[in-house]
Amino acid sequence: MNKIIQKEYLSANVVKLVVDAPLIAHARRAGHFVIIKVGTLGERIPLTIAEADVKAGTITLVVQEVGKSSRKLCALQAGEYITDLVGPLGHATHIEHFGTVVCACGGVGTAPLLPIAQAMKQAGNRVITVLAARTKDLIILEREMRQCSDEVIVMTDDGSYGTKGLVTHGVEEVIQREKVDLCVTIGPAVMMKFVSLLTKKYDIPTVASLNTIMVDGTGMCGACRVTVGGKTRFVCVDGPEFDAHQVDFDEMMLRLNAYKEYE
Amino acid sequence: MNNELKNKDRIAIPRVKMPELAPDYRSRCYEEVQQGLTAEQALTEAQRCLNCPKPTCMEGCPVGIQIPKFIKLTEQNRINEAAAVLKETSSLPAVCGRVCPQEKQCESRCIYHKLNKEPVAIGYLERYVADNASPQSPVQIGDGCPSGRSEIKIAVVGSGPAGLSFAGDMAKRGYDVTVFEALHEIGGVLKYGIPEFRLPNRIVDVEIENLKAAGVKFVTNCIIGKTLSQDDLQQSGFQGIFIGSGAGLPNFMNIEGENLSGVLSSNEYLTRVNLMGANRPDADTPVMYGKRIAVIGGGNTAMDAVRTARRLGAEQAMIVYRRSEEEMPARLEEIHHAKEEGVIFMNLYNPIRYLGDEKGRVRQMVLQKMELGEPDASGRRSPKAIPNAIETIDIDVAIVAIGVSPNPIIPQAFQGLQVSNRGTIVVNQDNLQTALPHIYAGGDIVRGGATVILAMGDGKKAAAAMDEQLTQRKSNE
Repeated sequence: MNKIIQKEYLSANVVKLVVDAPLIAHARRAGHFVIIKVGTLGERIPLTIAEADVKAGTITLVVQEVGKSSRKLCALQAGEYITDLVGPLGHATHIEHFGTVVCACGGVGTAPLLPIAQAMKQAGNRVITVLAARTKDLIILEREMRQCSDEVIVMTDDGSYGTKGLVTHGVEEVIQREKVDLCVTIGPAVMMKFVSLLTKKYDIPTVASLNTIMVDGTGMCGACRVTVGGKTRFVCVDGPEFDAHQVDFDEMMLRLNAYKEYE
Repeated sequence: MNNELKNKDRIAIPRVKMPELAPDYRSRCYEEVQQGLTAEQALTEAQRCLNCPKPTCMEGCPVGIQIPKFIKLTEQNRINEAAAVLKETSSLPAVCGRVCPQEKQCESRCIYHKLNKEPVAIGYLERYVADNASPQSPVQIGDGCPSGRSEIKIAVVGSGPAGLSFAGDMAKRGYDVTVFEALHEIGGVLKYGIPEFRLPNRIVDVEIENLKAAGVKFVTNCIIGKTLSQDDLQQSGFQGIFIGSGAGLPNFMNIEGENLSGVLSSNEYLTRVNLMGANRPDADTPVMYGKRIAVIGGGNTAMDAVRTARRLGAEQAMIVYRRSEEEMPARLEEIHHAKEEGVIFMNLYNPIRYLGDEKGRVRQMVLQKMELGEPDASGRRSPKAIPNAIETIDIDVAIVAIGVSPNPIIPQAFQGLQVSNRGTIVVNQDNLQTALPHIYAGGDIVRGGATVILAMGDGKKAAAAMDEQLTQRKSNE
């Protein structure tokens, strides 16, 4: 049981939860995720850790209401408890001084990219963040991203904020104007697919953090398997980050819908 | 009470038949298939045991249970004392009585085979005693344990059969034992793997409560190597560590179409149902339903998965196995139960490809017909493809149950362990000590995919060895 210390709406259906989890706060690095379960008969779902405060013993989760389980989690109030929380899981992001790093995030994917951008900045990289969403209200964590980025480019599909266009437009603009050494992308699978296609064209190494279906998150179930470079890998124990150019995003998108008709 | 009973009379008694739920009823529910012996059946079956002076049955038991001793106490209806005998050597008798392959172990060595008769039903009697002993006959905490042991902290990684058995034995010896479990439930494969109709969760919980009563502490949602590191454990003062983290990683065949949705591991399928309650209407976790469900494999897990599929309403629940029934690793009893419940056996077929629809859902599987050739390294006749004998069948779901590999988390996270190229932790076979002197390991993380009882045997062996090491160190101080 982990207590929710603070709850805040980042947009109409995106909630930020600060949760008491001292051991995880201590052990976690950028790129790690947790599995949560709400209620005795709740579902286990993976969530990437957005931030952690070792001193306060808390971690921050950013959750978008998309299905039954995320709605249940978002319905919890500060002072209430998450039934089960386990982590940190997966491999941490490989952080080093690459040079210029473009962080391309879409929607709620901004949350897991935040600690990576922070760590990349701390490692001495020039960090350019492309923050994208459908519309202005869905742009989250802009202030936090500005604090750790040398530049933030905001893109909205409808042009209600920043530049009108997709995340790929923003990324391409940067690539055309300066040398990019690494791209890190987190967001909906289809977005990551197109970022990956773009950077492949320019031969820029790209890392994508995948959020697939999982049950245990420790290698046991294999629900999270993806094809990377023609080989089957488990997102939970081999990832969650992979060379985006090797990931079969089409297969991943189909697999994300595996349980749609049974829910 | 029956001292006057002559061996001739004992031998004349036929082996008891386990009462079972009717196949058409049970294949629609999760109630335990085997109902357990009645008192009368158990006491009569106990009379069959001849109390051999050299009990060969015990040689067949991986944990060396005093079999004639517990059976003779059962014959006298001294059930609590019989249970105490079981618990001297086994921390989980109610579990072993249900899931041990007795026909390959104790019962295979019974004297009755020499008389051309069916062996004493040792497994059924073990279950009877474990289920019917008073709950307050707890794990025997060793009297006169050397003082100071309760100050020695021991960590156990994983709460499956290896970890529980180790924890029980160390608690008996007076150590301060904490078991760390990655999942939200205690019991490991006994909970997530073996279905309710074969091993009810409440039976596992009784055993866990017994361990708690003996002082064992449990921490769930804690992954050693992730939540707590090797250093964290050391800094918290754990002087000995036992790794029983199991064979968590499901194997796949790496054939075309295996990543279509609708193709999943038996681990995933069984975990969704057994651990997450996906068959219950009030549970949030979904599970895949289908009319035609194919389970690939011939082991106990394959039987568990296919029988679960029947219970979830599959009209055609099929076993697809590349050898013949004779080579199946599953217990005969499980194969028999599956057949009774209407499972279709497609032996000598091997899937070579899955075909899906435009949504990426599996719709068909392409099967290669096989025949048996020469015996292979395992002594079983190896299957060979029959040229051009290929069939395609319609399926809604395919469940891959072809075995598991060791969970990689501990081997990746711990510095100084020796790990084989199969991913198993290398131990000294005599005492299960790893390359790190204070760390022992057992069960599937060492064996790479074996049975509950072998894992329990390992837990026991490691506990004895670690105890000896710690005691020696203490006396050298």
